[in-house]
Amino acid sequence: MSYAKLTASALAIAAISATAAQARDNVQIAGSSTVLPYASIVAEAFGENFDFPTPVVESGGSSAGLKRFCDGVGENTIDIANASRAIREKEIKACAENGVTDIIEVRIGYDGIVFASQINGPDFTAFTPSDIFNALAPKVMVDGQLVDNPHQQWSDFNADLPAADILAFIPGTKHGTREVFEEKVLVAGCEATGAMEAMMAAGMSEDDAEDACLEVRTDGKSVDIDGDYTETLARIDANTNGVGVFGLAFYENNTDKLKVATMSGVAPSTETIASGEYPVSRPLFFYIKKAHIGVIPGLQEFADFFVSDVIAGPDGPLAQYGLVSDPELSATQEAVASGTTMGSGS
Amino acid sequence: MTDASMDQTAPRPKRSLHVADDRTRARRAAEKRFRAYGVAAITAGLLCLVVLIWSILSNGLPAFQRTVVDIEFTLTQEQFDEAEKAVLKTKVYTDFFIASLTRQLEDQGLEVAFDGKAVERLMGKVGGTLRSFYRDNPQALGRAVSFELPAASRVDRYFKGTFSRDGISEGNRFIQVEDLDLADALAEAGIIRQAFNWEFITGVDTGVDNPGGAGIGASVLGSFMMMIVVLVLSLPIGVAASIYLEEFAPKNWFTDLIEVNISNLAAVPSIVFGILGLAVFIQFMHLPQSAPLVGGLVLTLMTLPTIIISTRASLRAVPPSIRDAALGVGASRMQTVFHHVLPLAMPGILTGTIIGLAQALGETAPLLLIGMVGFIARYPETFLQGFEGPNSAMPAQIYNWAARSDAVFTEKAWGGIIVLLIFLLSMNIIAILLRRRFERRW
Repeated sequence: MSYAKLTASALAIAAISATAAQARDNVQIAGSSTVLPYASIVAEAFGENFDFPTPVVESGGSSAGLKRFCDGVGENTIDIANASRAIREKEIKACAENGVTDIIEVRIGYDGIVFASQINGPDFTAFTPSDIFNALAPKVMVDGQLVDNPHQQWSDFNADLPAADILAFIPGTKHGTREVFEEKVLVAGCEATGAMEAMMAAGMSEDDAEDACLEVRTDGKSVDIDGDYTETLARIDANTNGVGVFGLAFYENNTDKLKVATMSGVAPSTETIASGEYPVSRPLFFYIKKAHIGVIPGLQEFADFFVSDVIAGPDGPLAQYGLVSDPELSATQEAVASGTTMGSGS
Repeated sequence: MTDASMDQTAPRPKRSLHVADDRTRARRAAEKRFRAYGVAAITAGLLCLVVLIWSILSNGLPAFQRTVVDIEFTLTQEQFDEAEKAVLKTKVYTDFFIASLTRQLEDQGLEVAFDGKAVERLMGKVGGTLRSFYRDNPQALGRAVSFELPAASRVDRYFKGTFSRDGISEGNRFIQVEDLDLADALAEAGIIRQAFNWEFITGVDTGVDNPGGAGIGASVLGSFMMMIVVLVLSLPIGVAASIYLEEFAPKNWFTDLIEVNISNLAAVPSIVFGILGLAVFIQFMHLPQSAPLVGGLVLTLMTLPTIIISTRASLRAVPPSIRDAALGVGASRMQTVFHHVLPLAMPGILTGTIIGLAQALGETAPLLLIGMVGFIARYPETFLQGFEGPNSAMPAQIYNWAARSDAVFTEKAWGGIIVLLIFLLSMNIIAILLRRRFERRW
């Protein structure tokens, strides 16, 4: 009857469209939500300036993106993975097992990580890594002894900080940002306060002590944010005493709601990050599957376009949005143009 | 026991129908209380609805307005050729435009001091619009063309009242206090004004630095394509399955098992279907990523149980006497079903289908895994590409905008919710109308 016919034709349509799926004509990108804004700017400009279709950029985090990148070679896998950290040995190995051997690593620039609080909140204007460590670590140094963190207010350990309850919103463990926060802030604070030394004196190996430095207190004063910066912003909005971790670009877009704190006396800005004065920054990357170059139309052009001076240079739209452009951009441009893969000597 | 016998001996109070006794009063009071609870519950519900709608409308309606700069602009053939030679062509177009606008403003003799940089900060991204216009209309080269281009996001928010001079810190890259003075002067001169934001309805997603041009149009189309796939697949499959289960299948442990499984599937979280879709449709069947076809297939799996359950319920609601009568005059079972039972059950089936579709329309989680959530900014070129080319969907687009740092995108997210709600509302109204029109009661 008519339903049988309908079903049959529906199945036929599905079958035809499945077989007729021709070569993908757009570049497919996934990965870090920190890189996503930059990638979307470039993708839009690429669509406007070339006759190739606008690339598709998905987010989901550095690790998730690299995992999909390493799924294999072919049209149903992504061409480019965005990452807010360098690819790990483990991931390169996983890639190789699935046949993804030639990977081009592209560093697009640097991103600063800033500590900001509500614009009308207490005066959080200057932090050091030690302050953050003292506020958030489960075990801290008090009078030369390693004890469970007794601090309730910022002023408990640093009289220069306001007498406000400690409440920090830090990136969750699935974010690439967390790694930088741990490395550049917590470990630095751990060493500076002498907690690491005390741990090692208490019989911990250096590695164990370093791992212990990365822990944060679990009594609700440190809150992991697994969503993106808009979630952190919403939490800060609702908590006068909250201090949140943001990307520099996000902060600069919301200066009417947030005020930023200096780190070790240096105010975060594209200049201080580029010069390396501001301590908490990290490079941003994307990874290209070399096997897809020449197969997916526009892939090579997109990569060249992304790192070109007019885009990623100091006057380009990425820097305008908040990316700190890479002083060694010309080397990157060369590597992309010649398709230099990782581990091939450069 | 003594108490009970005491009661019996006590004289019964006099009763009258005109005077309510204690127990009647208690019963009536209980009923009153219950009604009050009911009214309170409904009031609470309505209050929530009012707050919800108020917050959606107050946050979302500004997205349908935007601040535009009304200006005449002339591009010469030489400028066009020069721009087309550059790597970042849109930047060259922007530069030409800003230079021309600055000259025009200087001629206007405004009382505010300004420079080209200030004009640049006032404007949104215009290069893309200009380039595509002049490439499509080469005859317009060398002639003055009137453009209506979006202002920068902060200027837009300034005129909408969500951004003030207090929010501008020293050395802000995006805007300066003096820029807003210039904007005020331009608004007075009628160059900057508010206009209905057609681009929001027809446009595609834009990069994070161009909130003024972002639109929901492409994702509306993506959602529509997915709904076509869902409708074409789930209605026939769902109806066929339920007719067989309800009218033909023997009742045994196997059909019981199927029934339990269908009810279970209806309760499975939608993300599970997304994982299934990724594994089966993309990794195994090699269907394209980010495609409404795959999205539609995944949502079909999600919608099928809903449709089967509602279809079976409406088949069951057709009285057996109809079947008996048809069979009694010699119709075959299939004739009985298709000539008598199915037409009578149709309103219920359609209602269930539309409600299933509406549910699928608002679903984001399964799309996350098959690549439909992200920056996807293109209209399909052909009808077929509408299914297999990359596209987003409305809820995915809203989710995306809500996560961006520029507040204008948040506004667009709310505006997108309004568009989505309009679709859901009209689908539900169609369902109600169909039921009103065709439903029969016995």
